[in-house]
Amino acid sequence: MLELKRLNSGYGRAQVLFDFELRLGAGEVVALLGRNGAGKSTALKATMGLLPLFSGEILFNREKLQGLEPFRIARLGLGYVPEDRRIFTGLSVRENLEAGRQPPRAGAPRWTPEKLFELFPNLGRMRDRNGVSMSGGEQQMLAIARTLMGNPRALLLDEPFEGLAPVIVDAVAASIRELKREGLSVLLCEQNLRYARLVADRACIIEMGRICHTGSLAGLDSDPALRERYLSF
Amino acid sequence: MSWESILIQLLNGLAGASSLFLVAAGLSLIFGVTRIVNFAHGSLYMLGMYLAVWLSGRVGFWVAVPLAAVSVGLVGFFIEFFLLKKIYKAPELLQLLATFALALVIKDAALWAWGPEDMLGPRAPGFSGAVNIAGSAVPQYDLLLILLGPLVLVFLQLVLSKTRWGILVRAASEDREMAGALGVNQRWLFTGVFVLGALLAGLGGALQIPREPASLNVDLRVISDAFVVVVVGGLGSIPGAFLAALLIAEAKAFCTGLGYSEATLVIEFVIMAAVLVWRPWGLLGRAQAPAKNPGFAQAPAEFPARKVFIAGAVLLAVLALLPVAAGGYTLVLLTDMLVFALFATSLHFIMGPGGLYSFGHAAYFGIGAYAAGILVLNKITTMEFALALAPLAAGLGALLFGWFCVRLSGVYSAMLTLAFAQIAWSAAFQWNALTGGSNGMVGIWPAPWLASKTAYYYLTLILCAAAISFFWRAIHSPFGYALRAGRDSPQRADASGIDVRAVQWAAFTIAGLAAGVAGSLYAFSKGSISPESLGIQRSVDGLVMVMLGGIQTLTGPLWGAALFTWLQDATARNLDYWRAVTGMVILALVLLLPNGIGSFFQKKK
Ligand SMILES: Nc1ncnc2c1ncn2[C@@H]1O[C@H](COP(=O)(O)OP(=O)(O)OP(=O)(O)O)[C@@H](O)[C@H]1O
Ligand SMILES: [Mg+2]
Repeated sequence: MLELKRLNSGYGRAQVLFDFELRLGAGEVVALLGRNGAGKSTALKATMGLLPLFSGEILFNREKLQGLEPFRIARLGLGYVPEDRRIFTGLSVRENLEAGRQPPRAGAPRWTPEKLFELFPNLGRMRDRNGVSMSGGEQQMLAIARTLMGNPRALLLDEPFEGLAPVIVDAVAASIRELKREGLSVLLCEQNLRYARLVADRACIIEMGRICHTGSLAGLDSDPALRERYLSF
Repeated sequence: MSWESILIQLLNGLAGASSLFLVAAGLSLIFGVTRIVNFAHGSLYMLGMYLAVWLSGRVGFWVAVPLAAVSVGLVGFFIEFFLLKKIYKAPELLQLLATFALALVIKDAALWAWGPEDMLGPRAPGFSGAVNIAGSAVPQYDLLLILLGPLVLVFLQLVLSKTRWGILVRAASEDREMAGALGVNQRWLFTGVFVLGALLAGLGGALQIPREPASLNVDLRVISDAFVVVVVGGLGSIPGAFLAALLIAEAKAFCTGLGYSEATLVIEFVIMAAVLVWRPWGLLGRAQAPAKNPGFAQAPAEFPARKVFIAGAVLLAVLALLPVAAGGYTLVLLTDMLVFALFATSLHFIMGPGGLYSFGHAAYFGIGAYAAGILVLNKITTMEFALALAPLAAGLGALLFGWFCVRLSGVYSAMLTLAFAQIAWSAAFQWNALTGGSNGMVGIWPAPWLASKTAYYYLTLILCAAAISFFWRAIHSPFGYALRAGRDSPQRADASGIDVRAVQWAAFTIAGLAAGVAGSLYAFSKGSISPESLGIQRSVDGLVMVMLGGIQTLTGPLWGAALFTWLQDATARNLDYWRAVTGMVILALVLLLPNGIGSFFQKKK
């Protein structure tokens, strides 16, 4: 589905990613784990075309993404939810969803605001509320819902559980599992192994911009030394 | 001065507010999405006026107005598609310069198409009569315009809140990058918004023709009025633009109604000051995130090494020896070059190290020139004293205007500098008793001992060289470091105990003072002054000089000023369309050589 090959990228002259490699299979949920500043967000931004690639190749359903503008990448069916959510605060919930709407796509689940309000009942209760007055959890749900309005085939989620209350974490995790059932592939950045365990099939660990471990979550659970070395939680 | 006359003026003001609102709304809309302040927006309004007058004679008023608006929208399409698309990622300053250049080109296009004479428009058929209100005749057409403003406001609000396009425009105004990551093609959004904004400006102009003839001066007047409106109302807010247009138009109308039409400039100023102190982002505006691509990524100006000192000394020696060989004409040209070298250096000081964009630096040049003229012609002081005092007047002007400009950043500040220059120009143009109005002043000659071209050249050389080296020293003094720190990261500078605003204010004032020196030297060398000496064109000249020389370089303004003055002397006097040529040169510079000729030579080395 999504394949990142030897990505080198960064901000201006400061390189952050070094020969970064990752594969995301169809219908798979992969957790990209790493400490603060390891380069997780950078990897997602580079994939989404928000950062220039110094070199490397990105394949998405056999289409090359490198060099494409972000809106083209989004229109190929890759959805992105940034870590700071970036919902449009001057727009209502409905309008935020409208801003994310794209035509239906073959081979991807088709979302409507009504379906999304079922997936995130909290949002359904505040359709006309402005983005300014929403809690962190509500904003996170809205950010995911807004991206789903583009009917993506794969999702890039950047730390979706950050700063959420435990109940909300469970709710968001449940909806991510629901998305997987609908056939979406998800690449999710996470610092916290506990949260990753809620949803992910597989984990990749990033350290200083390089992938240094790939394997099952069970494998990670049974290897305290590995956890100690690369993760803080 | 009765209640009736005030009422009539208020109605008159409301009618004017509608046109102003249309321009300001377009300006705001375009800025919201593209982050470009369109300095050519007043020119689009002017184009709307001319087109409407011209078309009225062929197809009648009521067809001509929408046709003119649509045509201006089409012009907007071409501007956006062929020029702006190329500079969306360019530094803010270059974007401002490019749209500014466009204004010059459009003005000359109108001059070419319709000639220099004002063009009187027809009355609006069906609305040519008057209505009796409180014993006075109010034109029906004014009442129509009064109605039209709120209608357009409601229409725009509906489009923005109810259509998908409007929602995307609002989303992109808030976070362009995120909108892109959601699959929104900004390219068409930008084009669409620009076309709508241009159309509104064109409509505003077209609707104005029964009230006012189309003239070539409209563009700058309207753009500076619109700038004041968006600064007061809040850039990016359409209801804000409406509110501010009403407020300003009514305040001005009230002054006129009371019989103090001279006070209209002052009242505008007072309103702006009050709003900026009370709500720095305008009545209904929101704080702007700092620009993603502000000024230039500037290498710190290199410390003048020994070589540069020696080169400077040699240059100075050559300049000092020149009068032996050069004739009178060359001396006058050299004097001009020196004066403009100082003017450009002072402008460069606030734009380069200071990071403040000034689109109205000529105001201080002009204040200096006028002050010198007024002092000498009214026999208040001798020429020598006038030369010493006049720059102080310019410095005072800069002190006053600068207070506002440093309170705002980036485009806001740029808009204010232009608005202030326009105010200074209006004052010089209108204040007949003091400034001679549009005729200017003549007979401003230097003292007898400086009367020869050679003596005056030496005086200019000494003063300009001293002032320029003062600026070079200042850049490398603690003051200069503080200034650059404030430009590069205001927060960090603030945290380390630098009062960024105070430093910038001081720099602005010093630069104004130096421009005043240049201006008063210029006045005595020419013997006369006219309002052109503080006109927008002079400000543009300064910008072109700085651009030509390259904003990153220390000595750039000198080369830029010399080259520009020489070029103007050699060609401009024979050209009818010098504005268009300047505009084209700026556009070419922005698109091809954004770092100036200085940097071009440096790369070659
Ligand atoms: N806008 C930026 N400009 C320059 N450097 C940046 C920028 N954003 C991040 N970096 C640097 O890139 C590196 C990786 O940052 P990144 O945001 O990808 O980390 P992360 O793994 O997402 O961390 P976190 O868990 O804190 O979100 C860090 O060293 C960071 O300092
Ligand atoms: Mg991150």
